[in-house]
Amino acid sequence: MVDNVIAVRDIGKAFAGVQALDGITLEIAPGEIHCLAGENGSGKSTLIKVMSGVHAPDTGTIELNGKTFSKLSPIEAISNGVQVIYQDFSVFPNLTVMENLALNAELAAHRTFVSWKRMRAVAEEAIAKINFTIDLDEKVGQLSVAQKQLVAISRALMSDAKLIIMDEPTTALTKREVDALFAIILDLKARGIATLFVSHKLDEVFEISERFTIIRNGKSVITCLPEELDHATFSHHMTGREFDDDHFVPEHVSEEPILETRGLGVDGAFADVDLTLRKGEILGITGLLGSGRTELALSLFGSKPADSGKILINGEVVEVGSVRAAIAHGIGYVPEDRLTEGLFLERSISSNIVISEIDSFVSKFGALDQRKADAEGQRWVDELKIATPNPANPVNTLSGGNQQRIVLAKWLATHPKILILNGPTVGVDIGSKHDIHRILRTLASEGLGVIIISDDIPEVIQNCNRVMAMNAGRIVAEIDPRTTTESELAELMSKDPSTIDGKG
Amino acid sequence: MAKLVRKLTKSNEFYLLLVIIAVSIVIQLRSGQFFSANNLVDLANAMVVPGIFAVGAFMVLVAGGIDVSFPALASLSVYATTRVLVDAGYTGGVWLPFLMVIVVGAILGAFNGLFTSRFVVPVLIITLGTASVFSGVMQGVFKSVQIPNLPQGMSDFGRSTLFVATNPESGLTSNMPVAFLILVAVVAVAFVVMRYTTFGRGLYAIGGDESAAARAGFKVRKIKFWLFVIVGIIASLAGLVRTSMMDQMHPTNLLGMELMVIAAVVLGGASITGGTGTLTGTMLGTLLIVIVQNSMILVGIPTFWQGFALGTLILVGTGISAVQLTRSRKRAPALVQG
Amino acid sequence: MSALTTLTPLRDRLTRDPHVTRLAVILVLLLTFFMLVKTKNFFGIATWQSMAVQFPEFGLMALGVMLTMIIGGIDLSVVGVANMTAIGSATLMMSIAPTGSDSPQGYLAVVAAIAFSLIVGAIAGAFNGFLIAKVKIPAILVTLGTFELFTGIAVIITGGKPASGLPAQYGEIMAQRVFGIIPMPLIIFILATVVIALIMYKTAFGTKLYMLGSNETAAQFSGLKTDNLIIRTYMTSGIYAAAAGLVMLANYNSAKADYGSTYTLLAVLIVVLGGVNPNGGSGRLSGVILAVVVLQVLSSLLNTFPNISNFYRPLIWGGVLLLVIVVNQWTKKNRLSRLFGVKGNKS
Repeated sequence: MVDNVIAVRDIGKAFAGVQALDGITLEIAPGEIHCLAGENGSGKSTLIKVMSGVHAPDTGTIELNGKTFSKLSPIEAISNGVQVIYQDFSVFPNLTVMENLALNAELAAHRTFVSWKRMRAVAEEAIAKINFTIDLDEKVGQLSVAQKQLVAISRALMSDAKLIIMDEPTTALTKREVDALFAIILDLKARGIATLFVSHKLDEVFEISERFTIIRNGKSVITCLPEELDHATFSHHMTGREFDDDHFVPEHVSEEPILETRGLGVDGAFADVDLTLRKGEILGITGLLGSGRTELALSLFGSKPADSGKILINGEVVEVGSVRAAIAHGIGYVPEDRLTEGLFLERSISSNIVISEIDSFVSKFGALDQRKADAEGQRWVDELKIATPNPANPVNTLSGGNQQRIVLAKWLATHPKILILNGPTVGVDIGSKHDIHRILRTLASEGLGVIIISDDIPEVIQNCNRVMAMNAGRIVAEIDPRTTTESELAELMSKDPSTIDGKG
Repeated sequence: MAKLVRKLTKSNEFYLLLVIIAVSIVIQLRSGQFFSANNLVDLANAMVVPGIFAVGAFMVLVAGGIDVSFPALASLSVYATTRVLVDAGYTGGVWLPFLMVIVVGAILGAFNGLFTSRFVVPVLIITLGTASVFSGVMQGVFKSVQIPNLPQGMSDFGRSTLFVATNPESGLTSNMPVAFLILVAVVAVAFVVMRYTTFGRGLYAIGGDESAAARAGFKVRKIKFWLFVIVGIIASLAGLVRTSMMDQMHPTNLLGMELMVIAAVVLGGASITGGTGTLTGTMLGTLLIVIVQNSMILVGIPTFWQGFALGTLILVGTGISAVQLTRSRKRAPALVQG
Repeated sequence: MSALTTLTPLRDRLTRDPHVTRLAVILVLLLTFFMLVKTKNFFGIATWQSMAVQFPEFGLMALGVMLTMIIGGIDLSVVGVANMTAIGSATLMMSIAPTGSDSPQGYLAVVAAIAFSLIVGAIAGAFNGFLIAKVKIPAILVTLGTFELFTGIAVIITGGKPASGLPAQYGEIMAQRVFGIIPMPLIIFILATVVIALIMYKTAFGTKLYMLGSNETAAQFSGLKTDNLIIRTYMTSGIYAAAAGLVMLANYNSAKADYGSTYTLLAVLIVVLGGVNPNGGSGRLSGVILAVVVLQVLSSLLNTFPNISNFYRPLIWGGVLLLVIVVNQWTKKNRLSRLFGVKGNKS
């Protein structure tokens, strides 16, 4: 047997009584390209943090470089060749590219004094390794997402890395950038450096991974070769369920559109967006991170008002200059990141639900009818089957799926006519995901116009009756999900922007 | 060259310098006294104590906190030192008082550091508490009173001058104190620490993104702890200089200075959310405030307008940078923001 | 089910707010100690009356600071507002009713001064709120700056000297004992507490404040007028600071720009001690009121020991604040509430 670069054995880790990892074992050979797959919340990120020394495991051992540790410090992990590229890249926005690249090395060498000359040399060498040209004196906060990732990769490569862990590395990249990334990884393999991909999507990494480990609910499900996996088995291992492949077919679509845009644009984000939404429809909008999908949603919701073009509701041009204006026009918005944009975590479930309509519980004399508000909260808790013993409990006592239902309930309570959902099931367990999709389908059949914005391709294909693909700030195609495959849609999303001329 | 100009016009320090020059010219035109030798020496003299304090406040601000305890800390450590030395009838040189305030300052700083590095509470609130403890210890435990006669070494140090500047017209003279060299030394050491040590770069890293700093391998707790030890020493030095220059120990003399010093650092371009700012900016900010405070008499504005002027200066200064920040956020293309 | 629902509120209250419970226990212990050790003082009405005159000064400021901290800000300008409005209203009173005026003139002056003071307090607070919400300067910096500014204005009005020589009617009204025993400042404080309780718990505004403090982006996405809420919060804080200024004006029978200089710290300390999260979003009025009372009882108790100097007070206040920080973190880590057995919280 080959010596492993790293082997974690029988790792267990609990947070506040919740078992995040339970007896996980994972071995990676030198130069191996290994894929760690699992749903959100399956324990992937906790496992990475254990391997990189951020969290100390409760049980189990980590074998690294022939040494056995019961826990690692971040410095130990780095000096033994483990490097992590986090999804947020873990860069310092206030420092220059040079320092972001070179500080780690200075630290790892336990230096007291830093030398700017040495740092520049180190940084130059680092970017040269992946043929990346950039102004070393630029502040990282000023860079684009792809550039930040390249900085993070260069940084990871410069120390004597034996294993690079990449957390969802391709989410924000175009096809060409992904190809460039894969070329780099193969080059690393040739130098004997192993890569651990962490992903919850099969397509991204299937072509390059040599071995897969799938975890679910903190336990290892299977470690296997790519030949042993296809879409169905992959999903099955990830979710523990059989997938039902039914497509959404609207029961009744109104003649008149409820929402239209004409040449809508926000400078620097997207342009010339024409879309039409009818009652009873679920319209999907999909695109990579940075394609303009989020900005489009925000401008429909008045949070980032459009710089050009028009928005029509029920055929009439309306001004959506603020969130309040959007709400007044019957638009609801379930934001991308429910924790930072959607929820008031330490406040009660019921106040989270009623906050957008709270003024309707105020009497003539200005007094808030708390009883009525609580009753409304309770009604939605029952309606959406939010699992809680008491709506007065704070929201942070709930699981992700239940939290997402609260955001949904908040908007349904305002009786919207149009509901825009940005990443409606990100970080939601599979059961809740399914339920949320059911709820959305029911809402559409009751006459609501729904827009789902998501980069989860199966999600939009299954739950929308029309899907628009966004790429580099433009709508590049509108497809019929019943006749389009996931890979065709993925192709449209990740085509390099330079090959697209104008509207597709 | 063009790159240098572009860099210059982008920097906060450049504009601050322009403001200082403009203010100076206005004062010169109104009074004719600003650019006289003795006035400039007076300004340098007035810079010493706030300048040293500002270095400490700046370091804390870079790491993402606001320390309001340094005047109380300085008062306590200088009071304790002076009391002990006076009671012991010490007549030796100034080296011993310096050594003692450094030790006491480090201990008190460590007390701050213990709390700020272990507890997830804003530094402002912790140091409000420790400031209160420090002044309580000084006034309650030590029953602090004014000490009119300092140990000889301290008095001598306070009086010693580098040179004397004379205004040829009015015949007024001003002394350039030796203590100015302490300011220079503190700034120089701080400059090296902030720019050329992993500790200093760690402060910037922590101020930029604390969890990323921990992931990169910075020992965040340790850095924060030692930061406050260092700041305790710096503040105590400022206190000793002030006391020596006044030639008496006045226990409450320094209290209340924190607002002005923090204002100076923020005017100098350090962001209160941490991670940015330069020592040059800090010194320019301090200079601006000292000029405004010292020159009101020159232009014939009654001194009781000082507070008003300082308040306005803080609001205008921070307001401009806040507006700039909002604008640049709006202008930044969303594609880049991701 | 019914037995459970009747039981849970009490148990919930005890466990969800262990902080308030803890403060109540501390207060009881403190009072017991007071009663046993200083029995004579404890049963003397004068002790309580002098307490009731003192604490409204900083108690009112603390109520304002509490609101700003609930929305995730801070108001360090309260002392500046109090002194500025006190000096302003003193000057106004003296110009309406100079020494030797008759008493109707004096009463008119008092009414005018109170109205003036509260209005100026509201404007000053709104100015803070405007700079924070619209110009987007961090609250700490704004209120540090306006503290200087307001204090500066106070100095300019009086030239740095105390403003004294108030109409006798002002002192007369403020020295009233309602029902013969309850001092006027306490009445003002109680009234202010009731008003703020109504605002916090009986209006939509109160609920929105907590939501805003909990998550500003989510508040915007929920359609709350966040700027407006921020401005109104600081305005309320300004009004409360002005009320504190009126009480100080009566207690000292004069106004000066540097009165109450320790109150900034004290107000912040009370609010943190009362269990308000400095990052916003949580905290209860009952905790803050308890904190005010605990600190006042503590300092009155110390006053009865002649050999403990007044100068120990900051030491004790600071010590208490640090202790609270330590205890809060400790209990959070150890999940005390878990020990109480709240099973419902685990979902």
